[in-house]
Amino acid sequence: MTFFNSFLGTAAATALCAGAAMADPALIFDLGGKFDKSFNEAAHKGAERWAEDTGNSYNEIELQSEAQREQALRRFAKAGNNPIVMTGFAFGSVLEEVAPDYPDTKFAIIDMVVDAPNVRSVVFNEHQGSYLVGILAAMASETGTVGFIGGMDIPLIRKFACGYVQGVKAADPDAEVIQNMTGSTPAAWNDPVKGGELAKAQISQGADVIYAAAGGTGVGVLQAAADENILSIGVDSNQNYMHPGEVLTSMVKRVDNAVYEAFDQGADLETGIKVMGLANDGVGYAVDRFNADLITEEMKTAVEKAKESIVSGEVIVHDYMSDGTCPVE
Amino acid sequence: MPRLPNWADVVLIPALSLLIAFVLSGLVILAIGENPIAALNMMVKGAMGSTYGWGYTLYYATNFMFTGLAFAVAFHARMFNIGAEGQAMMGGLGVALVCLAVDWPHWALALPVAVAGGVAFGALWALIPAWLQARRGSHIVITTIMFNFIAASILNYVLVNLMRPEGSMDPATARFPPGTGLPTLHDILAVAGIPFSQETPANISFLLAVIACVLVWLLIWRTRLGYGIRAYGHSEAAAVYAGISPVRIVVIAMLISGGLAGMMAINNVMGEAERLVLNAVEGAGFIGIAVALMGRNHPFGIFLASLLFGFLYQGGAELALWMSIPRELIVVIQALVILFTGALDNMVRMPLEKLFAVLQKERA
Repeated sequence: MTFFNSFLGTAAATALCAGAAMADPALIFDLGGKFDKSFNEAAHKGAERWAEDTGNSYNEIELQSEAQREQALRRFAKAGNNPIVMTGFAFGSVLEEVAPDYPDTKFAIIDMVVDAPNVRSVVFNEHQGSYLVGILAAMASETGTVGFIGGMDIPLIRKFACGYVQGVKAADPDAEVIQNMTGSTPAAWNDPVKGGELAKAQISQGADVIYAAAGGTGVGVLQAAADENILSIGVDSNQNYMHPGEVLTSMVKRVDNAVYEAFDQGADLETGIKVMGLANDGVGYAVDRFNADLITEEMKTAVEKAKESIVSGEVIVHDYMSDGTCPVE
Repeated sequence: MPRLPNWADVVLIPALSLLIAFVLSGLVILAIGENPIAALNMMVKGAMGSTYGWGYTLYYATNFMFTGLAFAVAFHARMFNIGAEGQAMMGGLGVALVCLAVDWPHWALALPVAVAGGVAFGALWALIPAWLQARRGSHIVITTIMFNFIAASILNYVLVNLMRPEGSMDPATARFPPGTGLPTLHDILAVAGIPFSQETPANISFLLAVIACVLVWLLIWRTRLGYGIRAYGHSEAAAVYAGISPVRIVVIAMLISGGLAGMMAINNVMGEAERLVLNAVEGAGFIGIAVALMGRNHPFGIFLASLLFGFLYQGGAELALWMSIPRELIVVIQALVILFTGALDNMVRMPLEKLFAVLQKERA
């Protein structure tokens, strides 16, 4: 009987392993949910594109509680899902604990660096992309005053702001930048009403181009800007379509590419820190049919020239997170 | 109308309510094109089919036991303490302060002090509404619900500005020192040679919660204070006539209630996360109300109802992981159970009472 039991156990284990060998990748969305029109949605799009291109399937979960972070990671790892991709810095401390327990599973974390041999940390050069949209903002502005509205006040968002201000000043040294953060908690990522109020306050101070780096809050900023007939700049996903002709451009952060690439490499995922910048199209500014009329030839030349000089290293955009300070206000 | 027999009140009504909730949930699942039988099967297997599932179920149940007991103690004095959420948040702050204060050499030293910290902060947070109710007649429902918001704002301020480690983006405290790591059920059962999944957060707090259940039972039905609480709850005028001070009862019952809610932090903050995060409580304070109502405010009932809600939470997580059921729908299932067992009690009770009345008449 014992023999039979252990035989059954082995058979079950073999079956599980066989399943694991061809197991699907998995994607874990942060508490914001996968349809936030911004960061998580970009990840979702990347995964969908991969599924469509390859005909394979993947597992996913939208978290409901803090305790599920570790649970989801462990469950997917145990079930043999490989690689496991997660969106957002909030997974950092949990992944540090979990990753060593599953040395044969590859993990990819976006927007955070976790130092473990089986983890790929994907970070974006948001300051470079923000620099480019800063140039466009300064050139499109007629009042010489532009705005920035951040989501939660964290170093990552200050990095966006700092790159943006540098770009604005590069195009117009006399330009003024009004900066606001929506809040200091994760709720600030999803507060479109407050985003709209902040945008209106900035408009009353003379801002006529406003850049929103605020997740779901940005929806309110873009709406308020369109209502007041001024220009806005979207973030993460291409948000030009939301108010055609009234969104100057979007600072796209190709989270979708990061997810696609991780899924594509599968179990052989290259680990270590992966920087997505201007050079490898990890960040950039979006031009499509919705904003083509807003970007003049002159602006295009200027922004392309800046892009080239950043890629070649001629111009270095200061990264706020490297030392926690910004050289310009 | 004759009273329902005890067994019908305690067993039949919750069971029928649950059944209705599950049937409705099944219809909803069917409506989105998934198989309800498979879903139920997955929930049961995922939550109770392995020691792994049990580990998570018991972890969630521990939270609900503390907040359920907290609600019940106040309710025996006929006070509706909606503030367990905020009290548990403040309890978390107390536990975090204790855990981070010293480099604890061993959990056995850290645990009693952390319990004291959690209880003290939770109880103090309940003290102000209690005093306002007892001395100024401010309604406890209004004050405790407002204190939830104040607690959230305080926690917010403390985590963002004071306790967040340098350079960290997460509004959370630093990780607690390793000496505060509580033994998990895996560690405890391993002593007895019973295998239990290593990967679950269920920890020694579960035993604390069971002890708390017993102590609350002793308090309410076997002590003078408990008698006072119940007497005050049934009739304030009679209690005053019997020489029971309403102010004393209100304040003490709320202190115990807040302390129990604060103790929840031992489980979720010290036992699971090992650091204090912003939304550590995650609505467990409100679930506690449903748990206590379903458990008829009796510790044993609360114990069972907590297990049920732990099952719903863990089973729901499994559904989210392995089936294409969106997380909003899992909230719907949980909400249906709360609705029928907590809020719509009379919907089942009234027809049942009529039915029993008819049956009794026929017998007579």
